[in-house]
Amino acid sequence: MRRSEIYSRVLITAGLLVALSAPFVARALGSRSAVEIHARMAGAGGWMPDVLQAKVGVPLHLRLTSDDVTHGFAIGQSDLAAVDVVPGKMTDLTLIFDRPGTFTFYCTRWCGPDHWRMRGTIQVTGGKAIDPQPASAPLYLQLGLDIDAPHPAAVTPDGAPSAQRGAALAGRLSPQYLTPGYYRSHSPAQVFTELRVDPALHSLSDADLWDLVAYIWQSNTTQAGLAAGQKLFAQNCAACHGETGSGNGVFAGDVKALNGKTPANFADSISMLGASPALLQGKILRGGMGTGMPSWGPILTDEQTWEIIGYLYTFQFKENTR
Amino acid sequence: MRSELTRLPHAKVLLKNRWPQFIIMALMLAGFLFAILSGLAGTPVGNANFGIVFVWIAWWAVLILVAVPFFGRGWCAICPIPLPGEWLQRGAILELPRRKPRWLNLRWPKVFRNIWLQNLSFTLLALFSVVILTTPKTTAILLAVLMFLALGTSLVFERRAFCRYICPVGGFIGLYAQVSPLELRAKDKSVCATCKGKPCYNGSEAGYGCPWQVFPGGLAKNTYCGLCMECLRTCPSDNIAIKVRPLGTELAQPSHRMDEAFKAFIMLGAAMIYAGVLLGPWSPLKSAAYSVGTTAWFGYAIAFLALLFGLLPGLFWLAIRIGQRISKNLLPTHHALTTFATALIPLGLAFWVAFSLSFVLTNASYIVSSLSDPFGWGWNLFGTAAVVWQPYLTNLLAPLQTIVLVGGSFWSARVAQKASQNASISSIPTVVYCALVTLVMAGLLL
Repeated sequence: MRRSEIYSRVLITAGLLVALSAPFVARALGSRSAVEIHARMAGAGGWMPDVLQAKVGVPLHLRLTSDDVTHGFAIGQSDLAAVDVVPGKMTDLTLIFDRPGTFTFYCTRWCGPDHWRMRGTIQVTGGKAIDPQPASAPLYLQLGLDIDAPHPAAVTPDGAPSAQRGAALAGRLSPQYLTPGYYRSHSPAQVFTELRVDPALHSLSDADLWDLVAYIWQSNTTQAGLAAGQKLFAQNCAACHGETGSGNGVFAGDVKALNGKTPANFADSISMLGASPALLQGKILRGGMGTGMPSWGPILTDEQTWEIIGYLYTFQFKENTR
Repeated sequence: MRSELTRLPHAKVLLKNRWPQFIIMALMLAGFLFAILSGLAGTPVGNANFGIVFVWIAWWAVLILVAVPFFGRGWCAICPIPLPGEWLQRGAILELPRRKPRWLNLRWPKVFRNIWLQNLSFTLLALFSVVILTTPKTTAILLAVLMFLALGTSLVFERRAFCRYICPVGGFIGLYAQVSPLELRAKDKSVCATCKGKPCYNGSEAGYGCPWQVFPGGLAKNTYCGLCMECLRTCPSDNIAIKVRPLGTELAQPSHRMDEAFKAFIMLGAAMIYAGVLLGPWSPLKSAAYSVGTTAWFGYAIAFLALLFGLLPGLFWLAIRIGQRISKNLLPTHHALTTFATALIPLGLAFWVAFSLSFVLTNASYIVSSLSDPFGWGWNLFGTAAVVWQPYLTNLLAPLQTIVLVGGSFWSARVAQKASQNASISSIPTVVYCALVTLVMAGLLL
């Protein structure tokens, strides 16, 4: 064989080896024990992998990328700002956990009708549990509420109740009605019924009493809390329930097609005034109800849940947002 | 009015030496394998994958905007696909011919000695192109299939049967190479006629017989000459020249082949469909073309095939018949049709250039970002991974496309006029046909 033939074969073989191995060699040298997570729409695989292990105090390096559309990454019940997960790009993220437990990570971009199914868990071990006492059961469980049952209001107001007008009459209200415990465990219609039979309020009209109900709801929320609730609602609920709470969000049609039920309409006074904050808490935390409602328990903190609930009632008591 | 490039001493040395061409092919081969690998192992996101970006944006741009119009089959001269098969077939890369062929070395079947298979392979590719163009894995599989097909063909049949008869790209490069200003021809045909042994076709100790199964001494058209330069090396009389010529000179000599006429129709129709599907605003059409196997896709496929094999040739046939009626001409219609089909060659090339200008300028920024992160693995080799998508030269695009389309239709009208003089058939219906399809294409693009 002539020398030129040998050189040419060496050249081809070298080119072939370099083309096929260089990427993997570079990748092996470049990686620094990061976990690579690929995001796909729930029907196409969701988070891959969707179970991660971590140790308290040990940094967990994540490299996030999307294989289809833009997704978002956030961890439930944490202060971590959500990051975007962009198709064909890598997003590096380092997490350090200060307590053990199981944390849920989830998609924060409306990537499709099954968007909320894009979830995974991080199991954090080691360290000491910061909160030694066991968490108490959520209120709806303590009250033994059936969150799947219909909850129509027995009575509804004729006009729009006004918390401002109610505030003028608030002096006649017994303080027990204004406690958080009372507010959370009663629906507006129940409160109205109890006020109606209260001898001290006998002289007030039905409209006056509804104004008082609105006042009770207002006094159990703050402007900051309502603003936070509105933001959470826009981020997590509006895609199905709609910006106006009327159950007509952009995915409402898909939800109907998948489950046969449209998302709940918070502007409907019969169902909304028949629901207590505790009942709504159960629906939000557990989800389900034969609808496409996700379970928000692992995502929202207790405080965030009550903020959203406070905001939901403003679709009935519109004045309360002002 | 031709000037010989091969008279330049340096050019001739570079072309006759096997090394420069081989080194380019070897680099192309490495790039080709790298594209397959990135399609299989890289991100499934098309616009971030080297395989998609470098094959369908970078390579395509160079091919259709530069290589074909200015160098004809120049790409075929450096294409890496036949390299592995030819290595096995010859038992060598650069070493000169052995006496005995090592493999089957069969002659290519007579029924397939035309470009109908290439018409079929291109049509299939075009039919699935929306999926191929966007899915890295599919692109990788396609590239691998082409390479293995070329390799297998080299072991069974003699010479480069894949390039000449199967390659889906080679068919249209050959068709449009007729307009290119570059040609390889014998300097003096009488020298070839008396040449003993015809080493340019049969091979000699100086090199291999024409891999493209062409006898260079009889070359009159660019269509099937792959510019592999082998005859330049084997010719004992130094009778082969690479010449620069005026654009499109050989369009005046129609080849009278129905397979080539249909190649012209297929290319014309495919350019229009690509413009509609890939650049148009109709999302149901896009999703129909993408959802292979669905009812919508079958509808799209039927419409696609009907345009390429029914409507465009049918209307052209009608135009030819009307032309014959006007001129009271009794030539067989298929003869008249293949004569005038040459008019579709400059028009088709103009369609593809106009379509590709938009496609390439819109997507070229992906080349910059994908160069730094070819696999979508988060690399940043040249610091350009974060370059965001942006279309280039948007204000020049529409004027450029208009110039190309108008130029193409004038050119085709001139070719039709020349054909009309030769065949004594009125060219008016053909010119009207060309103007109408140009208007449709302009409507789709602009």
